Amino acid sequence: MSGTPDISHSDLRPPPRPRMRFALSDPRFRGLVWQVAILGLVGFVGWFLVRTTNINLDHRHIATGFGFLDRVAGIPITETLVPYDPGKDVYGRAILIGILNTLRVAVIGIVLATLLGTVIGIGRLSPNWLLAKLTAGYVETLRDIPLLLQLLFWYTLLQGLPPPKQAFQIGESFFLSNRGIKYPWPVWTPELGWTLMAVAIGIVVTLIWRRQARSIHNATGRRLAVWPVGVGAILIAPTALFIAFGAPLTFDVPALRGFNFVGGGLLGPELGALLTGLVIYSSSYIAEIVRAGIEAVPKGQWEAGGALGLRRGILLRRIVIPQALRVIVPPLTSQYLNLVKNSSLAIAIGYQDIVSVASTTFSQTGQAIEGILIIMLVYLAFSLSISLFMNWYNARITLVER
Amino acid sequence: MSGISASAEGLVRPDELPPAVVGGFWGRLRAKLFSSWWSTATTLLLGYLILRWGFAFLAWSLGHAVWSVPYTAQGAPDTAACHAVKGIGACWAVIADKYRLILFGRFPFAEQWRPAICIALFIGLYVVSALKRFWRKELALIWTATLTVIGLLMWGGVFGLTYVRQDLWGGLPLTLILSTFGLALAFPLAILVALGRRATNLPAVKLLCVLYVELIRGVPLISVLFMASVMFPLFLPEGLDIDKVLRAQLGIVLFSAAYLAETIRGGLQAMPREQFEAADALGLGYWRKTLLVILPQALRLVIPPLVNSFIGLFKDTSLVLIVGIFDLLNTGKVAMSDPVWQPFSTEVYLFLAAIYFTFCCAMSQYSRRLEREFDRGRK
Repeated sequence: MSGTPDISHSDLRPPPRPRMRFALSDPRFRGLVWQVAILGLVGFVGWFLVRTTNINLDHRHIATGFGFLDRVAGIPITETLVPYDPGKDVYGRAILIGILNTLRVAVIGIVLATLLGTVIGIGRLSPNWLLAKLTAGYVETLRDIPLLLQLLFWYTLLQGLPPPKQAFQIGESFFLSNRGIKYPWPVWTPELGWTLMAVAIGIVVTLIWRRQARSIHNATGRRLAVWPVGVGAILIAPTALFIAFGAPLTFDVPALRGFNFVGGGLLGPELGALLTGLVIYSSSYIAEIVRAGIEAVPKGQWEAGGALGLRRGILLRRIVIPQALRVIVPPLTSQYLNLVKNSSLAIAIGYQDIVSVASTTFSQTGQAIEGILIIMLVYLAFSLSISLFMNWYNARITLVER
Repeated sequence: MSGISASAEGLVRPDELPPAVVGGFWGRLRAKLFSSWWSTATTLLLGYLILRWGFAFLAWSLGHAVWSVPYTAQGAPDTAACHAVKGIGACWAVIADKYRLILFGRFPFAEQWRPAICIALFIGLYVVSALKRFWRKELALIWTATLTVIGLLMWGGVFGLTYVRQDLWGGLPLTLILSTFGLALAFPLAILVALGRRATNLPAVKLLCVLYVELIRGVPLISVLFMASVMFPLFLPEGLDIDKVLRAQLGIVLFSAAYLAETIRGGLQAMPREQFEAADALGLGYWRKTLLVILPQALRLVIPPLVNSFIGLFKDTSLVLIVGIFDLLNTGKVAMSDPVWQPFSTEVYLFLAAIYFTFCCAMSQYSRRLEREFDRGRK
């Protein structure tokens, strides 16, 4: 560890490694003994746990393995992204739906929490004293109350809304009741699909054109406008196609039938409460990250940009935000991971995410170990993919040292 | 001096002179609230909303509030007064009626002075730990002694105290127990894991520690709690059964140890290399070097993030509700589920939020003050 003199002459060969002596006075031998002892202990404890578990499972007549995934589930799931029939579909599909539900909350939650957190974080830096104090109070209060309490509170609040018969009507066809928010949803037709496809192609065309324009600009100094191509490819062409198809857009509008609504899309109170709670709670953490990131940009950078005569928008976009992002992205990554892990609290308010579906599964089948293993693997996969993506993004935006 | 300023006045046009600095109360008010039309609009809008909602909240929570309700001959609360003001006034009578249940859960009613003392002991322990003059080895002794006394008070069975089973524990003391014992028991484990993760000469041990920390940090607490409540009974030989609360406690310890280990590792990494080298030069072995030189300094360094970890742990213990343990949040939920008081759950939520907020806010203020102090010391 120490004591080796710093030799920088290249003609000196490193001293030959002394042979390991089998005595406790040799640090390397001692290290080996420690490792063998600790690994042996851990291995023994692991072996003991597995053995007793197997004995216990035998006594309770529980078979191990993932065979139960092929059995009919019979778990009713209210909010699904893909078709699901509790009478016919198997546990494997129910768990897939749980995973998709977790993904849905995670994606919507991350987007909304980032937007809200950024607004609050910038608000904290406002020269306006009232706005700065108010946003500071928001951050302080929400961070100091457990998320689970907030979730339960929002859920109770949403359940306290009037029943569908006395639902609040917002605009023409939005209804807010204790069954959630009903909203009109477009009826799917192949023509609609083609139109959306045209929009996607338009985006790709615009991106390619932007690259082209940039390389022309770099090579010749000639500036080519990007926006006309964008408007044409993304807006005008799909609209023309849409009209050519005869404007095939009809909405499935919710309507009150008996005691409940039929038709339209539904944002259930469980998902609503979960998203509200998660977004508000996470935004208070993201706000602090954003604030710290912007504060980390030295004032001289603002002043230098101003001295160059840059407008405020360009100054922010080209100078301040790129530098702030380098500070923001690493803690933001762990905040996103927290949000995904926190979405597991869904089980407390009855939103059927992966934890909820898997726990119903293991209480019905008795396959507790497999169920918990599935939960853990799913979250590890989420965590790993978010880390990988954010690391890639972080590598992209880090300072290119020249 | 005057010549320079005179010539400057000659050069600069009057409209390019720096704006006059307005001092005093009005000047500051203008600078902070009405510096531009945008700022003025924000101030006016926010001011209007704060006044409107602030007064509405004051009227609801204090002005029109009902503080207590009469009881019927059968001993049931008569909530007519609360229903009369529903929507315009708070019904704090629910807290007056249920605070013993919320604070102490199902602990035997006549013995509830014991958990009450425990709450006081916990607060005392936090205050003592916060004082710098107690940051010595003796602090570990103080913690052991206090936690032992708390265990004795809660369990009883000695000194004429009746024995109280753990499944009767609940409310605030249980929340404090789960988080504080969680911290105290996870701490030694976390130190070992943090040291193991830095042991480059023991690759197998290092790998083991990295796996443990990364696996635990990759999964949500609720999955660890499920493991504790469902899988632990399978791990143990038949006949040996540990209680639900203890199992959850064990899960919390395993979970928080991974996070604490990362915090402590941060402190170890922040130690200047000279400290290690100086200890080596003195001829100290690994353990004496670690225990006498490195840890005392590294742990001091990470006290602010440790407090933050503890705040997280304190909030996270509320998750034991999901595995059916009656912590503060769950006893509050039980209180709300009483059909008589069901319409007044908002008041109960506010009461619970106030308790959590008080503890967390005090700790986070403390940790921030400490951080500033440390920063000053470093400069």
